[in-house]
Amino acid sequence: MLKVKNINTYYGQVHALKNVSLHLSEGEIVTLIGANGAGKTTILNSLSAIIPPRSGEILFDGVAINNLSPDKIVEMGISQVPEGRQVFKPLTVEENLELGAYLRYRKREGRGTIKKELESVYALFPVLLERRKQMAGTLSGGEQQMLAIGRALMAKPRLLLLDEPSMGLAPLVVQEIFAVIENLRKEKKSTVLLVEQNAKVALKVADRGYVLETGKVILEGISSELLENKEVQRAYLGKEKKEIWER
Amino acid sequence: MDIWDSTHECMPREELEQLQLERLQATLNRVYKNVTCYRKKFNELEIVPEDIQSLNDLTKLPFTTKEDLRLNYPYGMFAVPLREVVRIHSSSGTTGKPTVVGYTRNDLKTWSNLVARFMTAVGVTHDDVVQIAFGYGMFTGAFGLHYGAETIGASVIPMGSGNTEKQIIIMQDYKTTVLVGTPSYALTIVDKMEKMGVDPKGLSLKVGLFGGEPWSEAMRREIESRLFISATDNYGLSEIIGPGVAGDCHHKSGMHIFEDAFLPEIIDPDTGAVLPTGSIGELVLTTLTKEALPMIRYRTRDITSLDYTPCVCGRTLVRMKKTMGRSDDMLIIRGINVFPSQIEEVLFSIENCEPHYQLVVSREGAMDVLEVCIEVTENIFFDEMKMQRAFLEKVEKRIESVLGVGVTVRLVEPNSIPRHEGKAERVIDKRKI
Repeated sequence: MLKVKNINTYYGQVHALKNVSLHLSEGEIVTLIGANGAGKTTILNSLSAIIPPRSGEILFDGVAINNLSPDKIVEMGISQVPEGRQVFKPLTVEENLELGAYLRYRKREGRGTIKKELESVYALFPVLLERRKQMAGTLSGGEQQMLAIGRALMAKPRLLLLDEPSMGLAPLVVQEIFAVIENLRKEKKSTVLLVEQNAKVALKVADRGYVLETGKVILEGISSELLENKEVQRAYLGKEKKEIWER
Repeated sequence: MDIWDSTHECMPREELEQLQLERLQATLNRVYKNVTCYRKKFNELEIVPEDIQSLNDLTKLPFTTKEDLRLNYPYGMFAVPLREVVRIHSSSGTTGKPTVVGYTRNDLKTWSNLVARFMTAVGVTHDDVVQIAFGYGMFTGAFGLHYGAETIGASVIPMGSGNTEKQIIIMQDYKTTVLVGTPSYALTIVDKMEKMGVDPKGLSLKVGLFGGEPWSEAMRREIESRLFISATDNYGLSEIIGPGVAGDCHHKSGMHIFEDAFLPEIIDPDTGAVLPTGSIGELVLTTLTKEALPMIRYRTRDITSLDYTPCVCGRTLVRMKKTMGRSDDMLIIRGINVFPSQIEEVLFSIENCEPHYQLVVSREGAMDVLEVCIEVTENIFFDEMKMQRAFLEKVEKRIESVLGVGVTVRLVEPNSIPRHEGKAERVIDKRKI
């Protein structure tokens, strides 16, 4: 579904992504893990054209999308749940969700179909149904995360980009959120690209993963292999104890 | 269909190439970071991993040879700390020191699954009884096949090498269905069966997985007609992983290389240039998933050619022909790698003399015989037969402990070994493989 070849993304002079290549097949949950500043969010932003790559190729279902504008990318079926949730705080829960379907309104899709979408999101997240008339800013962290995911789902995406859903959330809430992500695969057969700093929890839910270190992919593999691989730890923590004979 | 991992074995070429590119880039980033030898090589050529943007860019990368492994003996080329290496194997080096290879837990899983692939491809299942007639120890052959067979769920008999009579009795009594070993040992076994009056047709054997040395189609036919089994080929080398690089499918028309794990190239052994598709040349392999000891463009010194046309079996993986020789002077004696330079080192370490020597390799029955002929000089000539015999035995023992295989040492008359300008003809190989 998604093929990325050698993208290089810069923040001004800073070379944030170096020759990153990855791919996703339909129905997969793939995770990008790595330390702070490794470039994970940059990859998502490059896919969404918020920070377009300077070189390289991004192919979505065989179509090159690296030169498209962000709204075109949403139109093609890629939705991003941004880091830090970023719900529209003064608007109600329901208004936030309706805004997620904005492009579909623009395309004159019937209100009926969009209402059905709303109902399916409420079915996934019953707590949002409870609080539908509340202002989004008054929700707890975990609830806001669910709202942000729900909002992205309203666009009926084929590929969901999830940026650090566990950030700032209590461990029990993180478990809840990840149960939701698992559910997404089961119920909606969604394809998900998940960026996470919490490698363990991400690898438990994902099929495959890519490990990033200072802008480069250093490891690719199925989750069980990555869980076993100490290179993942090294990517987060840097150097480690010397060998016994080197001390 | 007998396919262990259809996702990877039958992957459409475009998807496979994307996967190869990702794995290659990740491997290059890791070795550049963790392996001093590779960082130096890259810096000398003024390249960085980012310069590799497509599979064609592979040609920008330097080769790795056995010499690199020797210079970094034992663990210098490992890309992970030793505490993560859970298995160590070794293989013959060009001189005294062997080549040391290592595996992480993931590497062992990968290895087992690769072997499971080619075993499944020729029909081995969990109902089979697999007799492993490779020597267990530092060599990768026995353990590789053992863990692969176990992964499939077959019943594994870790027989080890030698004791042919016992091998045959076990085959009869334990109802072995799959024989694993060198092809020449298979012929040794059937020769012995004939002597013992055992009828091969009465055995439960149905397929043989043979490797560890080059063997011809003629030899395959001989094994098949005398043992009444399907004789299949598989290829591998310790430096890359051991057995599990490539293997026959039912059609036996070339061994499928597991390209999601290894990137093959064919080069001209003299110039190092990559040759066009279909050419015969030296096989070069780059590992894509190895953790403990990744290899970038390792020169195998094996001569073969690659066939990218689709195979009837449905696998999309490229096929390599049976290896047809080497681009160096390495010999394979009864499945064991032998470098003439190893023998030379032993001879020169004895008695302060530098004898003129010649190696004569022949095949007696099915087994290889290596004879070391040394010209008599003052220092190594003894009046008494007893002392002469003792000297020869000492040399034989020393050579055997270095090589891991027995040889016979014979004294010949002075000046009976022809001298040439420059390189002497050190090896006479009378075998017709």
